[in-house]
Amino acid sequence: MATLFEGFTLCGLVQTQSASDSAIQGIELDGDSDHAVVTDSTRAVTLYKVSDQKPLGSWTVKQGQLLTCPAVFNFQTNEYVVVSDNKVIRVWKEEDLHLDKAFKATVSADVWRVHSAPGGEPVVLFQRGAVRLLDSLLSAPQQPIEDILSEEEKEVIRWSTNIVAEKQHFVLFTTEQKGEHFLYVQRLNPNTLQKYRLEREDSRAPPLSFSASLRDKHINLLYLYPNGCVYQSVVAVQGPVGLEGVQALPRSLRLRLPVGEGELGAASAVALDEAHVAVVGMPHPSARTGKDFLCIWNTNFQTLQADKEMVGRICGQVGILRIVWCYLGKLFVPHGKALSVIPYECQKSSLASALGKLRHPGIAVSKSSVAIPSWNTLLHGDQPQGPTKIVDSRKSVLTVVHLQPFQTGPVEEVRREVEALVSRGDAQDLQLSVGRLACQLVARSQVETAFYAPGALARLVKTQCLCHSMCPDLLLLALEHKDYFLCQLCLQLFPDIPEVVTCACLKTFIGNEVLQTPYSDNLLVPHLKDLNAPQVILFLQYLQFIYLKYSQDVYTQTPVLRSPTMTQIIDWVCLLLDAHFTVLVMAPDAKGLLSNLQSFVKSQVKLFSELGKIEGSLQELHKMKPSKDISQYSIEVIELF
Amino acid sequence: MGEFKVHRVRFFDYMPTAIRAMAFNAHTERLALGRMDGSVEIFNFADHYFQEKVIPGKDSRSIEALCWVGGRLFSAGLNGEITEYDLENLRPKYSLEAYGGPIWTITSNSQGAHLAIGCEDGTVKLFEVLEESIQFERNLDRQKGRIISLSWHPSGTQIAAGMMDMIRVFDVPTGRAVQRLLVDRGFGGSKSRETVVWSVVFLSDCTIISGDSAGKVQVWDGHTGTLVKTHLVTKWDVLALSVSKDESSVVVGTSEGTVIQFQFIAPTLQQQQDKEWVRTRTFKNHTHDVRALAEIETAIVSGGMDTQLVVRPLLEKFDERSHASALRKIQFPHRNLVFCAKKAGLLLFQFPGQLELWRLGESDGHGKPGDSLPLKRKPEKLLHLKRKGEDHICCSALSSCGGWLAYSTMSSVRLYRLQTDNNDISITKVPKLPKILRSAHQLCFSSDSSKLFAASSQSSVLVIALSQSECKYVHTLKPKSGSRQPIHLMTNSVDGKWLATANSDCEIHVYNVQKLKLHCIVPVYGSCPSAMGIHPTTNNLTMVHADQQIFEYSIVEKQYTDWSRKLQKQGLHNLWLDRDTPVTHVTFNPKNPEQILLHDMHMFCIIDQSLPLPDQKTQFYNQMTLRSLSEQERPSHLHAFKICKTFQDLLSVSLLDDQSLVMVERPLLAITSQLPAPVRQKKFAT
Repeated sequence: MATLFEGFTLCGLVQTQSASDSAIQGIELDGDSDHAVVTDSTRAVTLYKVSDQKPLGSWTVKQGQLLTCPAVFNFQTNEYVVVSDNKVIRVWKEEDLHLDKAFKATVSADVWRVHSAPGGEPVVLFQRGAVRLLDSLLSAPQQPIEDILSEEEKEVIRWSTNIVAEKQHFVLFTTEQKGEHFLYVQRLNPNTLQKYRLEREDSRAPPLSFSASLRDKHINLLYLYPNGCVYQSVVAVQGPVGLEGVQALPRSLRLRLPVGEGELGAASAVALDEAHVAVVGMPHPSARTGKDFLCIWNTNFQTLQADKEMVGRICGQVGILRIVWCYLGKLFVPHGKALSVIPYECQKSSLASALGKLRHPGIAVSKSSVAIPSWNTLLHGDQPQGPTKIVDSRKSVLTVVHLQPFQTGPVEEVRREVEALVSRGDAQDLQLSVGRLACQLVARSQVETAFYAPGALARLVKTQCLCHSMCPDLLLLALEHKDYFLCQLCLQLFPDIPEVVTCACLKTFIGNEVLQTPYSDNLLVPHLKDLNAPQVILFLQYLQFIYLKYSQDVYTQTPVLRSPTMTQIIDWVCLLLDAHFTVLVMAPDAKGLLSNLQSFVKSQVKLFSELGKIEGSLQELHKMKPSKDISQYSIEVIELF
Repeated sequence: MGEFKVHRVRFFDYMPTAIRAMAFNAHTERLALGRMDGSVEIFNFADHYFQEKVIPGKDSRSIEALCWVGGRLFSAGLNGEITEYDLENLRPKYSLEAYGGPIWTITSNSQGAHLAIGCEDGTVKLFEVLEESIQFERNLDRQKGRIISLSWHPSGTQIAAGMMDMIRVFDVPTGRAVQRLLVDRGFGGSKSRETVVWSVVFLSDCTIISGDSAGKVQVWDGHTGTLVKTHLVTKWDVLALSVSKDESSVVVGTSEGTVIQFQFIAPTLQQQQDKEWVRTRTFKNHTHDVRALAEIETAIVSGGMDTQLVVRPLLEKFDERSHASALRKIQFPHRNLVFCAKKAGLLLFQFPGQLELWRLGESDGHGKPGDSLPLKRKPEKLLHLKRKGEDHICCSALSSCGGWLAYSTMSSVRLYRLQTDNNDISITKVPKLPKILRSAHQLCFSSDSSKLFAASSQSSVLVIALSQSECKYVHTLKPKSGSRQPIHLMTNSVDGKWLATANSDCEIHVYNVQKLKLHCIVPVYGSCPSAMGIHPTTNNLTMVHADQQIFEYSIVEKQYTDWSRKLQKQGLHNLWLDRDTPVTHVTFNPKNPEQILLHDMHMFCIIDQSLPLPDQKTQFYNQMTLRSLSEQERPSHLHAFKICKTFQDLLSVSLLDDQSLVMVERPLLAITSQLPAPVRQKKFAT
């Protein structure tokens, strides 16, 4: 789930003369996470303390001069960098009062943008596509700058960004040329340039916005078209080096936004994490058009997760638009006469609990009271108690608990300590400490192969304060040690076991417990495919066995804890068959099993068709009854006694 | 007992109109009900919810709200007028233009000295209640936007006014608006629509409770003007609010047809001091908008678009299950809208705007009980007579020979001569009616069609002589009691000698029509008579009252008959007394003088006076049992009350001279099917 919190206004905006122009050129971070460097569309750079909504400093160029690129912060030298009148690079520190007195250098070509990111040196991207590190450029400002983009072909940059991976630095920029759009990926040190052609949208409309992010050693480029389509393209960080020419950039449709009538004018999409995209400047799917909303969409499920109406016109820039910035859990949106800051939160939910089949209600009752705390919510104080109290309780737990025995003590001592801790802590404390302890013990077990504390871990799991997402390695560790008791406990008590782990458990052992874990079909089937044929056959035989057992004494069956329901069994049979049907058909030893199942299905189909017939007859009977008197007039004979 | 041929008639398209407003007078226990057609009905809650009076509607009149001041009834409507009603003559006493555009609401302060109305032009106007009229006093500060709802603070010094998107609180002495409470709009698409505050109540502790078109019930602190609590109760509108007398409970009516109760209670047992308004119960007795509500001592009374009046008792107020603790739905009027010409086989249907005359069909031969006979001739609509003028028809009559037809509105009486000649019918209006015959509460023809009786003001009856050539005023019969109440029942004897009238004071007068003088007064019984009839041979007057009691009074001997005394001594069967609709018709079988025929909405009954009365142990509804018994066994199981429930939703039962019964049914389903579609409700799996 994603949430948009109550926003606040960072600053007012001056309306520009041109209606389509944004009053904001850019918003950048500096060394302080609570600071924002806002560059307006004309002459001023202002540094804000975001939480106080207070300007800390403001720098302006002289009248007649114009800032042509947003100011950025050089994280290595703690200086600010801005470009005025395309060619003049200015560098200053926070304590400098006047921009005019600051260092400046005039370069020989027009600058498009200066980009900076923590962990990397600022880079200068020139309008003709050349890239220089700021330092080297400033050491020889008048050095010749080559043209990457040809002047005659009228290829112009529309959007750019830079990405700093572990040891690599990338500058990404997109260009437009005669209606075609290209993506350039410039690697620095060693310098390589790769050019990709973006697939053309049917409407030939240019993309409205781009957003790039680094994930799993891949650069994910997310771009939005006026027809509401959000596409994603992936470029490998360690991509093919030295490939000549222009490559086609494959794309996948992540989201199709409802745009209402017509097309989007100014809109912008920015990726928040793997699953969530924030979109501004589009109408709300259920509201009237003509109003702009900030929406967070889940791209996995295509669902609207959170929305907020933005009063006033969303301001856009000419060309490729950038009308939303996203830093550290906050969205910056200029709209109307204000720049709003809207904190958001995208919780990484357990897919199973979000959408999957939930536990059998009879079993779930006792467990539904188990909170599934995530560290984020606890630490950020998203709890009714408020943040101060939580900090206090953390302190108290940490001071009370001696961590020493857990880190070095033998198994038996650990178990005793855990027992003592669990028996004295109150609920709130427990949730924090249990999670930490479990993680610690698991981490220790992973490091010290000789150490494994099944008793202590089982005790921790039994507190029902743990869940899978709190300590993801616990269940895997138990599997590794073939500690089926702990595995069973986890399967029983964790509400959020991912499907892949469920399948991993299946491979090792088949139990009641596995069948009862929540899951969602679509996500489980791919993992089920990992099972090999003998495993599947065994599992199906087991399912058939318990099915037959149940159907024999279906009337005498008492609700036993930890026994799967009929529906759960049938669901699993269906899933297994879905995943492995072709394999099973080929396997000779599955023949008997399949024919048994087939005869069962046949009998069920027959039963249902008979039931359908009975239903039809009953409905006919029902219809016959009132048809007796519907006439407006009749002469009848009655007899009274 | 025997077989009857029954004409089962379902072609009377009676359609009640929607309930728009109601006001309960706790002192007199009378509920005033205003309908969409401008008619007003008065129900006596102290006498089995009997519909005591009906003031007919008028085309130009509309009622948005009703209000009692003492025993006086006022209404206001979108025609911009305030009307006071003359409850003795069943007509508006006067109407006053308020000069504020359409009026949305009217309410009196608890002292009964002032009326406040809310107008379309944004004014709240105060009227002083004078002895015989009301007088405009002043306007409170005029607001932008209409005033939809009003509520006085019990002290009378402040008024809360529901408007568009807000509630205003006025200080009455200065006329200034002192608080402005902003009411949120709905969510999603309805955000652009103004929220209408349909209803407000102002409690003694200065709490204001409002219901609005965004489906919210909101509790406000009237001192500070702050919102205390919002209850979103429906996706549609909250239309009506009513607070109990002790201010511990508020009921709201919604467009979904639900009535939701809120109670001022402590949410936990431990903290009895911290009371708050908590949603407690939901009642769903309506299919459409609940437009009018009243929370009375022991019940919630509601009405709306689906035209029925529902009395939902609050069971915690009753110690045991009884007649009063049962849910009651009042769907049909407690008076006759169908008149039957017994000799001619004609039916007259009375609508507010027209009369319809029908000839019954005929069948061939005979059949077994339970059979439907083949029709030789279909029923035929002979006449569709539209009323003249704006006033709705309040009563009508058809002579038993089918030769005369009369109806009255509030302003005029019209009399017609009908001539049926095989298949032709001709109708002639009788031109010059006596000037004294201006309007009538009830009309009836003598059985030989030589006289017309018209119930007039102060329980008097005008006697008009009819002949082929002229119609002449003869005499005015006046009661000795000096009652000012209107006559609601009138019947005469077959021999033309006796005329009996009943008025809302429960008085029954018997006049000797030949001598043109009062013959006797039947001892007054505490419950209002709902039906009565004079026996064709014995001239005994049979009366059935709203409390279901039956009396038989010998007109000749001026005393109750022995059978009546026996019945009273033994008492009626509980199952008879438990019925919840009044008997609206009493008639007799001339061929079998022992039989009295009665009906209510749900049953038809023949009382055979020759048979023993049932005691409490007797199986009361015994027709099925009797049917299953052999001829020999049967006599020992017979009792006087023979009840047939085959026919439902009965508006009229009469016995033609050829011994066939006419049952006029109006299935409730047929009424429901003519209502507009209810608001769409999401049902599971749709």
